[in-house]
Amino acid sequence: MSKHHITTTINGDEVDFLCETSQTLLDVLRDELHLTGTKEGCATGDCGACSVSLDGVLVCSCLVLGVETGGKKIETIEGMADGDELHPLQRKFVEHVALQCGICTPGLLVAARSLLAKNPDPTEEEVRFGLAGNLCRCTGYQNIVNAVLDAAAEMRGA
Amino acid sequence: MGLKPTPYGTAIPFEEKELKFVGKNPTERPDAIEKVTGRARYAADYSLPGQLFGKVLRSPHAHANILSIDTSAAEALPGVKAVVTMDDFPDLEVEIAAAGELMVNFRDVTRNVMAREKVLYDGHPLAAVAATSNAIAKRALKLIKVEYEVLPHVIDVVEAMQPDAPILHEDQFTKGVDPKPEKPSNIATRIESKLGNSEEGFKKADVIIERHFNTKAAHQGYIEPHACVANYTEGGYAEVWTSTQGHFVFRSQIAKILKMDLAKITVTPAELGGGFGGKNTVYLEPLAIVLSKKSRHPVKMVMTRDEVFRATGPTSGTNTKVKIGATKDGKITGAQAELNYQSGAFAGSSLSMAAVTVFTRYDIENILVIGHDVTCNRPKVAAYRAPGAPMIAFGVESVIDELAEKLEIDPIEFRLTNAAKEGTQTHFGPKLGPIGFVETLEAAKASEHMKMPLGPNQGRGIATGFWFTIGNETSSTLNIAEDGTASFVYGTVDVAGGSRAVFTQIVAEELGIPLESIRVVQSNTTSLGFNFTTAGSRGTAAGSMAAVKASRDAVARMCDIAAKIWDVDIDEVAWEDGHARPAGANVGDFDPLSVADLAKKAAYYGGTIAGHAELNVVGGGPGFGTHIIDVEVDKGTGAVKVLRYSVIQDAGKAVFPDYVKAQFHGGAVQGIGMALNEEYIYDENGIMENPGFLDYRMPVASDVPNIDTIIVEVPNPNHPYGVRGIGEVPIIPPLAAIANAIHDATGIRLQDHPMSPPKVLKAMSEL
Repeated sequence: MSKHHITTTINGDEVDFLCETSQTLLDVLRDELHLTGTKEGCATGDCGACSVSLDGVLVCSCLVLGVETGGKKIETIEGMADGDELHPLQRKFVEHVALQCGICTPGLLVAARSLLAKNPDPTEEEVRFGLAGNLCRCTGYQNIVNAVLDAAAEMRGA
Repeated sequence: MGLKPTPYGTAIPFEEKELKFVGKNPTERPDAIEKVTGRARYAADYSLPGQLFGKVLRSPHAHANILSIDTSAAEALPGVKAVVTMDDFPDLEVEIAAAGELMVNFRDVTRNVMAREKVLYDGHPLAAVAATSNAIAKRALKLIKVEYEVLPHVIDVVEAMQPDAPILHEDQFTKGVDPKPEKPSNIATRIESKLGNSEEGFKKADVIIERHFNTKAAHQGYIEPHACVANYTEGGYAEVWTSTQGHFVFRSQIAKILKMDLAKITVTPAELGGGFGGKNTVYLEPLAIVLSKKSRHPVKMVMTRDEVFRATGPTSGTNTKVKIGATKDGKITGAQAELNYQSGAFAGSSLSMAAVTVFTRYDIENILVIGHDVTCNRPKVAAYRAPGAPMIAFGVESVIDELAEKLEIDPIEFRLTNAAKEGTQTHFGPKLGPIGFVETLEAAKASEHMKMPLGPNQGRGIATGFWFTIGNETSSTLNIAEDGTASFVYGTVDVAGGSRAVFTQIVAEELGIPLESIRVVQSNTTSLGFNFTTAGSRGTAAGSMAAVKASRDAVARMCDIAAKIWDVDIDEVAWEDGHARPAGANVGDFDPLSVADLAKKAAYYGGTIAGHAELNVVGGGPGFGTHIIDVEVDKGTGAVKVLRYSVIQDAGKAVFPDYVKAQFHGGAVQGIGMALNEEYIYDENGIMENPGFLDYRMPVASDVPNIDTIIVEVPNPNHPYGVRGIGEVPIIPPLAAIANAIHDATGIRLQDHPMSPPKVLKAMSEL
């Protein structure tokens, strides 16, 4: 079975890859492109660990096929920091002890960035509902919510 | 817990002193930047050149004899490089060893990683394939032909205990019963533990309450599925990168299962994506090594979520009975409990641990605890955060609440009247040392939470919990580099990023150098001596003891160098604030020497500076906690919403207070999930119906409130900084506290878990 040749933009760089029809974007990122920051927790769209942004829309990369991403812009956790400069969300996650084992952290950060892009001044409840697609088993969510609220305030310049 | 007490263990006594780093939140955790940037490497992130992908064929039946397995078609598929079945693994004799808080029997472990005579649960492995891609491996699984003879199965713990139940193991005769039974039974073990005479105790009681409780199996729910990469090399060596709470324990299990020498196996623990007790036992690793040996390629194996649910350890589902009697002034006179715990397909649940926690928060003279460990056609249970304790605390703390209500005594006062304290005799042996249980109750009583008013359909519940801190083998090395910076190598896996930070704080405190000068590194199995797995809340408690010992070792060596430089006796050198200083008559004769000064000259004065710890840590301080929960019950749907939550717990000493609070949050929310939603559901054929996160619904951010925390600090006298284990206690009280809050809101008392809307609605309609 011949593979498909796909050209996309990932974290600002043009990237070519070959993939089988059945490979998800998550498989492509992890197994073909070795961008392992995006995690697999369930492969059924229920945990959010594989969250990426696809043309500005938050998706579970396990629910998108690699062949669907041609010509699109993909943003993953690897592109979140600007060189050595952490994104405010990343910095606030560290400050607020918003991560423990860390396996859900990349997905949560990508989801939180997407949330703040749509709603720069969310209430606590809006953050809780906005991140309800991302499972975390360690933190009980509280420090994550606080980190997102704090980052939002900083990003608004408040 | 089957671990032999030793007279040769190490406990370093608590010392009150001024602290620079311990007890203060470090601004940056050693693991944090890697984790927020996606650079941290978890097991599934590792790849080796030329690696193959391994997949497991799993039983579609709950209970069946394996008549034949034909792998020829799978082997013939292009891209398939190896297929393994039971024939590729040696059979093993009965041999018991510790693996965290639960014991393992190698005869069973080898059968759990690869079925032999029969399959015992939906998901039981019976073959594995290595191929050049995941897709080919999956196709190959479909080409393996297995002939089964399906047998009657049993899922429920009470049904499994009946004399006419389908028997899982024909050679299993109930242990702990005299004389030995003539017929095999699913009851693997009966245990009994008592203090005084419970029946006599009940005679002195004015009120006696007896209730039966049932809880369903729940999974640890770590977001990272089990994964490993294995490479079998020429000369009979194996290297494994894996998701584990204890790489040394994994090495021991692999060595037994594959009959290899320990020294020929290197296990490297990857960053761990959650364990909670569920990653103390091998599942994939022996399969990956044998596939690698057969194929002469490295083999990577990653479970799907479906496999994690169907085939890795949930906690036991249970059936329990609790009976407690008290006088009208609120003194408990007698208590009994019966614990029937599922162990899954093989014997060995958390029963023995759970049994000693039953009443160990109260000072009761007359106690009887009876327990049964019961096999049934489910995955073998694994430890899950305070294994076994939340389920029996559900019963005990519910009955305590009911007694307090009947006696018209405030539930906190009732607990204070009966609270265990230093010197309280436990029903399982030792007397308790200095503990902080009363302090947690007093803090709860005085908390802001207790002053908050409740609205209509709202209620407040209290419950408490107790768990051990174990010690065990703990090894570490502290290397001082030529420039005076330090690397601390530890071998008790940091399961969630907290203990690494603590080790840095401890080394900084002991050496008197800044946090930035210390790098902490997790060992593999070759770079340190044996470390026990991270279980029993020992990670920070025991690991930091080793950090203290290794630091003091290095300090002694540095003082020795200073003495040689100054040509004085070693008694005339003191270590203070990161420097060797002259002490005694020579004060003022020499300038102090820093770690960097000493490191630079170390070679000439005898060689590199290092400190070591190879300890069997003892004296772990038990942890106690009290939770207060407010709920609101929707009378129309039966849905329970947690409105307000407070965790009050004795940490001994919180080395990294924000992280201790974060552990409290996490345990409480896991407990909320267990209480309200989470359960294993089986169909009539014994097939799990909800092996995915959509149907096995764990709490999401919008399900839970903020968790308030109060850290109580009653130092553990057997730890140099007073540390107690803190990770497990917070999951114990939530079930009962929520049940008690629902009662306060509605008048119903729920004895069946989970307390999901249909059950709440039904109970309200029967009121």
